[in-house]
Amino acid sequence: MAGSLRALRRRIRSTRSTKKIFSAQELIAGARIVRAQARVEASKPYAREITRVLSALAGSASLDHPLLTERDQPRRVAVLVITSDRGFAGSYNVNVLRRTEELLGLLRNEGKDPVLYVVGRKGETYYRFRDRQVEDSWTGFSEQPGYEDAQRVGSTLIESFTAGLDDDDAGGGGADGVLGVDELHIVYTEFRSLLAQVPVAKRMAPLEVEEVEQFDDERADAAAGNSRSEVPTSYEFEPSAEALLDALLPKYITTRIYAAMLESAASESASRRRAMKSASDNAEELAKNLSRQANAARQAEITQEISEIVGGADALVTAGSDN
Amino acid sequence: MATLQVDLVAVEKKIWSGEASMVIARTTEGEIGVLPGHAPLLGELAPGGVVRIRVVDGEDLVVAAHGGFLSVTGKGVSILAETAELSSDIDVERARAALRNAESGDDDESLAAARRAQSRLRAAGQDA
Repeated sequence: MAGSLRALRRRIRSTRSTKKIFSAQELIAGARIVRAQARVEASKPYAREITRVLSALAGSASLDHPLLTERDQPRRVAVLVITSDRGFAGSYNVNVLRRTEELLGLLRNEGKDPVLYVVGRKGETYYRFRDRQVEDSWTGFSEQPGYEDAQRVGSTLIESFTAGLDDDDAGGGGADGVLGVDELHIVYTEFRSLLAQVPVAKRMAPLEVEEVEQFDDERADAAAGNSRSEVPTSYEFEPSAEALLDALLPKYITTRIYAAMLESAASESASRRRAMKSASDNAEELAKNLSRQANAARQAEITQEISEIVGGADALVTAGSDN
Repeated sequence: MATLQVDLVAVEKKIWSGEASMVIARTTEGEIGVLPGHAPLLGELAPGGVVRIRVVDGEDLVVAAHGGFLSVTGKGVSILAETAELSSDIDVERARAALRNAESGDDDESLAAARRAQSRLRAAGQDA
């Protein structure tokens, strides 16, 4: 009896101390969400401006830039997956990776050969454990991504995309001998609210048609005088529109990768906070149940001791009356 | 007097926004000065460039802008840069150290780093 009481007390102690870890993690994640959200907000003016500039350009330059045109027979396609470096984030990584598997299945059905690019240690170990080939991976910044990180990822992807331009149909590397890719996809977690983070898959290049439509909408708005009455009239270009488009499109893609990373970072922290909240609630609950059991065990022990004493005294009394 | 609405935006945050009477920048084609009423224009800023913003009732604002674009519309000027720093925020010693560091290498990356450091020094009014 006494042994079980001691065991219970030990479990209560250990549950309480793990709970402290969980709530500390919860608080840290909570603080990080606020910062991550602020960073998402802070990056929006640039994204808005670059979209505006691009839409102005799209109106003037011919749209036959490699990043805009569909390839005839897309074979290899790059898929960039954004996961976290650390665990303890509930279903965050599982959801992203499941969405990725869906996308990979879809691409294979279309007869394309997906190539994986991974951000985050969790994704990296996931694929390594399954012996799947990862073309390239980047780790160490999932919670606080900087623009340089996005640039590193972006330049690798764009390089590979450009190398894919001249690949021949037989699966050779083409003139430059480098096997590139014909499409760029990205899978990340969209931060809808503190409670909802949704894994989404998007195509980055060739730029999706809906985006062009979006520009059209903006232009229509501008023409109708709805927005800041920007008339998409003739711009002067320095240097030429084509050269500008050349310089701008890779930056635009990098910006999108950066935005995806920021959203993912915010989602990661939100997931982690939620997971840690329920973990510390559960620990609390467990500690409560265990202390009930411990109290019952203590009561039982006392009761037993009393009845043993009473029994002993009775026995002594009976033995004494015999004398 | 007509003024320009100027937005200076870096990737990670909006750096400055306000009214100015003139913006001087250097595109890949050459120096350009933008006054209110300038025709719409899109330009790529020269690498290692410095942008000078003549603020209405205030001192000139000098900015080291790297990897950027200049967009002039009927309403104002937007300067988009991958990295941008106001001259008042620039640490001259650090920029010099960065320049020395970058000059020892000769690949593309250190060239870009050297350009960045140069534009920072130039914006801070130092020789580069």
